[in-house]
Amino acid sequence: MKKNSLDKEVLLSRFSRLNLRMDGEELTEQETALYDRQIRVWGANAQRRLTKSHILVSGIKGTVAEFCKNIVLAGVGSVTLMDDSLVNEEALNANFLIPPDENAYRGKTVAEICCDSLKDFNPMVLVSVEKGDLSARSTEFFEKFDVVVIGYGSLATKKAVNEKCRKLSKRVAFYTVDCRDSCGEIFVDLQDYKYTKKKLEEKVECELNFPSFQEAVSVPWKPIPRRTAKLYFAMRVIEVFEENEGRKHGECSLLDLPTVLEIKKKLCEANTVSESHVPDSLLERLITGTIEFPPACAIVGGILAQEVIKAVSGKGEPLKNFFYYDAQDGKGVMENISNSFTS
Amino acid sequence: MKSFHFSNLTNLRCIAYCSVLSLPPPMDQQQQQSAIQGAKVLMVGAGGIGCELLKTLALSGFHDIHIIDMDTIEVSNLNRQFLFRRSHVGQSKAKVARDAVLRFRPHINIRSYHANVKNPEFDVDFFKQFDVVLNGLDNLDARRHVNRLCLAADVPLVESGTTGFLGQVTVHVKGKTECYECQTKPTPKTYPVCTITSTPTKFVHCIVWAKELLFAKLFGDKNQDNDLNVRANKAASSSKETEDVFERADDEDIEQYGRKIYDHVFGYNIEAALSNEETWKNRRRPRPIYSKDVLPESLTQKNGSTQNCSATDGDDSTTVSAMPLLGLKNPQELWGLTQNSLVFIEALKLFFAKRKKEIGHLTFDKDDQLAVEFVTAAANIRAESFGIPLHSLFEAKGIAGNIVHAVATTNAIVAGLIVIEAIKVLKKDADKYRMTYCLEHPSRKMLLMPVEPFEPNPSCYVCSKTPLVLEINTQKSKLRDLVDKIVKAKLGMNLPLIMHGASLLYEVGDDLDDIMVANYNANLEKSLSELPSPVINGSILTVEDLQQELSCKINVKHREEFDEEKEPEGMVLSGWTQSPATNGESASTSNNESAVDVTESSSGPEIASKKRKLSETQPENHKRETENVESEDDDDLVEIENPMTVSKKKRVA
Repeated sequence: MKKNSLDKEVLLSRFSRLNLRMDGEELTEQETALYDRQIRVWGANAQRRLTKSHILVSGIKGTVAEFCKNIVLAGVGSVTLMDDSLVNEEALNANFLIPPDENAYRGKTVAEICCDSLKDFNPMVLVSVEKGDLSARSTEFFEKFDVVVIGYGSLATKKAVNEKCRKLSKRVAFYTVDCRDSCGEIFVDLQDYKYTKKKLEEKVECELNFPSFQEAVSVPWKPIPRRTAKLYFAMRVIEVFEENEGRKHGECSLLDLPTVLEIKKKLCEANTVSESHVPDSLLERLITGTIEFPPACAIVGGILAQEVIKAVSGKGEPLKNFFYYDAQDGKGVMENISNSFTS
Repeated sequence: MKSFHFSNLTNLRCIAYCSVLSLPPPMDQQQQQSAIQGAKVLMVGAGGIGCELLKTLALSGFHDIHIIDMDTIEVSNLNRQFLFRRSHVGQSKAKVARDAVLRFRPHINIRSYHANVKNPEFDVDFFKQFDVVLNGLDNLDARRHVNRLCLAADVPLVESGTTGFLGQVTVHVKGKTECYECQTKPTPKTYPVCTITSTPTKFVHCIVWAKELLFAKLFGDKNQDNDLNVRANKAASSSKETEDVFERADDEDIEQYGRKIYDHVFGYNIEAALSNEETWKNRRRPRPIYSKDVLPESLTQKNGSTQNCSATDGDDSTTVSAMPLLGLKNPQELWGLTQNSLVFIEALKLFFAKRKKEIGHLTFDKDDQLAVEFVTAAANIRAESFGIPLHSLFEAKGIAGNIVHAVATTNAIVAGLIVIEAIKVLKKDADKYRMTYCLEHPSRKMLLMPVEPFEPNPSCYVCSKTPLVLEINTQKSKLRDLVDKIVKAKLGMNLPLIMHGASLLYEVGDDLDDIMVANYNANLEKSLSELPSPVINGSILTVEDLQQELSCKINVKHREEFDEEKEPEGMVLSGWTQSPATNGESASTSNNESAVDVTESSSGPEIASKKRKLSETQPENHKRETENVESEDDDDLVEIENPMTVSKKKRVA
């Protein structure tokens, strides 16, 4: 059974301040007018569910900025931002939520500045900032949310948060997103997910079982089909590299290539696959392309937002369980990776 | 105020961008960066795609951008056109978009034009100044126009479109790839007049009737031809009689007038139609509906709205609405016959009571609440009569206003794809050009599917100068018919010029003197064979649009008879074939195009002409619903087939 989202006291005070309807049943006239065009896409019921949803977003760079813009426009209930890094020149790249005025952003965190900009896009959405380290949060912390999105997270953080989300009795949808150079990876974990799909005039009830993040990144490589996107493997190598060297997203350069290739070699050996399984050129791209490519941010941020909207509204077949985009070949592919390959 | 200069990021960006095209390092990084920085880009459209595109271009390092858009901002834009705020409603989209982007990239050059791209100021010379043109349009007409100008100016064009979760981006480079018109695009759906006036079978027919006939007759230009009372059996009542019905005397009680109209169109007209047995042999008979059977005798006491009700609350025409007066709050609710009838009468009353000055000049506007209420009610009552399922105001509004359903995410994705193609074009990396389809459901695991562009269609009349063939009755058809139906509608020419040999039969322009204009007007009314330079079987016409720099030759073939059902226009234009790539499989690729071209938001489903000559302009190869009926249960509006199933294509390089 799902538990009550935000603390009722907080809810009441926030809602009355924003003049929102309390019972959460009908959409207000204002909402109907504003959301008209999208209600025609996914319907009023889906819109209602969106307006009641609470999204946690951690790690804000270009792609996540795009994602936040999209879900705020879509009219989710609330967006809670976590990113204590201070705004600097690099943060301005690909992030249109940060106005380039040093006087305005000096001393402020990325989350704080983005919060102000996002509120502007849709006053009906509650946008707020949560400070601190995501991985240090208790399991109960995540219960407040319907969706958790980790951007550019470390392997440890992604695992830990995913585990906590899975522990809750309430189903919290879990996503990770990572964009480097002109590539992007999205991971989706909706646990046991029931949804409706239209099949030839009939409404069909469907169910999907998603593997946990831990399982999804630990799948043995050998049984994975040949045609699977190479980015899956490359990202696993990068994850290990960053964990071993204690690096954050983007803290790397060409000088790290030998180390990365060494890790790749070990992983390939451990998985009994040849080294050609993971192209060196791809790895090189990922560690030298430390900043995001804005068109890729728009694309990956768009796909991610669509997935979150689908999960919250319960409408439409969700992506299972990885999405990869690479501007070089122009493909955006879904890969279903789980231990089922070995069974 | 100290602000950050983005030139500092150049080197970082170089590293990132070079790998997009897997270029070898250093030397080409600089080249690519300078290609972007030196580029002058034209954006056409500052709406859903436009806002996302301008933002992404700015972030990507472009700093010389021109943007054209003729529209102003509306509330319904705000769910996705994120550069706009509520306070901007009514202002120019191009201008506000520019201002918004300059706030996070203050040092780039953006020039905005609040104008129609079809204006003469945007001629070939104007287009020539750009390195690439990026379209974010929502109608076929403008797209064709821009396509022709880009061909004439020899400037690459990146086209795009979105509808709901579907989207696509295509690249058009003269001589290298197809132009936008190499594959015929479906034109907006039209319906035969008799279906609208006498034998509707779908709700959309009722909407068109309510909008184009009834609403127009009651509130629109009185001098316009109106088929409202046209019946298959013309021997019925004289037109004078019907004129009296629609005329309202100044002192005539509005409610009585409303009921009179109601009874006439839903009662009497139906009975008259029923009298023609032939029509109903194989069709379901409609039932006449009279107000006395549906509504109480007088509505005045019921809801307090009277003819003399004064405008105490300072209503302006945009807020006057029938629904609240009847206790109806939810536009998604389905009304029954009684409720629809109440809305019909109430809305009509409100028009006369509160908006009298506008009567005689109104055209249907989807943002006119009262008009939407009236049309919904009228369409529903008609639907009830003909046994067609009723629809909510929300649904009816979508159909009547040809509203395109739209979300921010698809536009954002498409914008990213456009910029990626634009960069390739600037680098002249022809091998890498792709058409990219954004799908709702993965096809062979792909949600974003790149496809190589096709070579130009050798028989495309726009980019390859193929002569066309026109079968027409040269003795009966007038030049006007040729101009309207063929030259403007089918060929999409804006300011046409028609020549027969050395003789100039017709042209449009500001610089014409009165004698010439009179001469051309006279020509319009003549049949082809009676023109000063007679056009007969075997004649060859040259048709041009100087602005689009498009010239076509038309071989005229005289034909006596045309099938009224299959060729209702009385003429057939042919000669260009589908691109060989899509022959037989046009269901797939055309579906992609047409799925996206469902973003037509011009004037919606309508009667093609006022005369009894219309055609259903559905492409032969596939059936597709263009009605924008979106019930909550629909996941897919349009099914896209996998374009990869197209077996044989001639690819570029």
